[in-house]
Amino acid sequence: MRPVIHFASAALALAALAFTAVPSAVAADKPDPVADAKAFRNFFAQKFPKVKLEDFVNGPYSMNEDMHRQWEEKEQFPPYEFSLDMGKEMFSKPFKNGKSYADCFPNKGIGIRQNYPYFDAGEGKVVTLELALNRCREANGEPPFSYVKDEMAALTAYMAFTSRGKPFDIKIPDDPRALEAYQNGKRYFYTRRGQLNFSCATCHVQTPGERIRAEVLAPALGILNAMPIYRSEWSGMGTISRRFTTCNSQIRGVPLNPQDDEYRDLEYYLSYVSNGLPISGPGARP
Amino acid sequence: MRTSTFVVTSVLLIAGATSALAAGSEADFKAAYAAAEAANKEAGSLRNQWTVTASALAAAKKAADAGDFDKAIASSKEAEALAKASIFQATSEKEAWKALEIR
Repeated sequence: MRPVIHFASAALALAALAFTAVPSAVAADKPDPVADAKAFRNFFAQKFPKVKLEDFVNGPYSMNEDMHRQWEEKEQFPPYEFSLDMGKEMFSKPFKNGKSYADCFPNKGIGIRQNYPYFDAGEGKVVTLELALNRCREANGEPPFSYVKDEMAALTAYMAFTSRGKPFDIKIPDDPRALEAYQNGKRYFYTRRGQLNFSCATCHVQTPGERIRAEVLAPALGILNAMPIYRSEWSGMGTISRRFTTCNSQIRGVPLNPQDDEYRDLEYYLSYVSNGLPISGPGARP
Repeated sequence: MRTSTFVVTSVLLIAGATSALAAGSEADFKAAYAAAEAANKEAGSLRNQWTVTASALAAAKKAADAGDFDKAIASSKEAEALAKASIFQATSEKEAWKALEIR
């Protein structure tokens, strides 16, 4: 009986996929990040006319007045505070060679979160803050941290905190490789995947503010500004890498490795289209 | 004497037939599993594997290890169907994603 059900579900999945396939050349092929960002912002502003632009960074709390009040109360004793303290201590503690994270970053790593990710012309790829932190560790003889665990969340929480209120300022240099990375990130964001046939946009563009089971879905605009986040569902902190890989698993797709090119490009795209919105991390989510 | 010879012969024939049937099922399983693995590998090259395919492959292997080749074959075929659906998805989404784009 079970195989019959599974075959039926596979057949249904195929039928759904066939149904959602559309003719090619729907959108213009030439990427235009400036126009994209403007359209992105307008879309959410029109969809949620009562939400102030800078409030989108508060995710589901911007979508619902009751939740917003709960969040304001929660912020008095924020659940990410332990992580922030841990990150601050880790950040200031020297490596075995006497150097520290401050030696790896502009302005000693303080107040720079809003500039990440950036396109590295030498490498020809996008460099995220999580990646830069691990590269800093390795360059100083320290083992890299897991991209999805508490240490990385703590470090990025502290760095985000030092940038609170500063608007995202992601640059796309005049380099075809940077434009390609941006376009790849955009494609990843809108591409359906997993057995559930969901894209990132299915939840965060088509249905923000709606519930998926008990959760209110966050709008894509400003969604990375609050990272890393404490999630009650996780009973702990989560990095951007954790968020991306978990999203993929939830739609029954095999996640890629954290910091694979696709995820770096996705972060580049999502951050760019939220340019101008303030960094609010670390955040807390249900 | 004739009766006992008949019984012994029958038992041997049934045993032989069962053994031949089991060997056939294992070969069928190996073929079905290989086909599923190949499809899932192709999905991997498209960076679009599904978790349910991996689960079905694992179930097939587990059933085969327990000697239940009927179940192992069914799970392998299920895995192949899922892997082919994920390939179809990745292929069609090469263009279809544009329909969702905010413009």
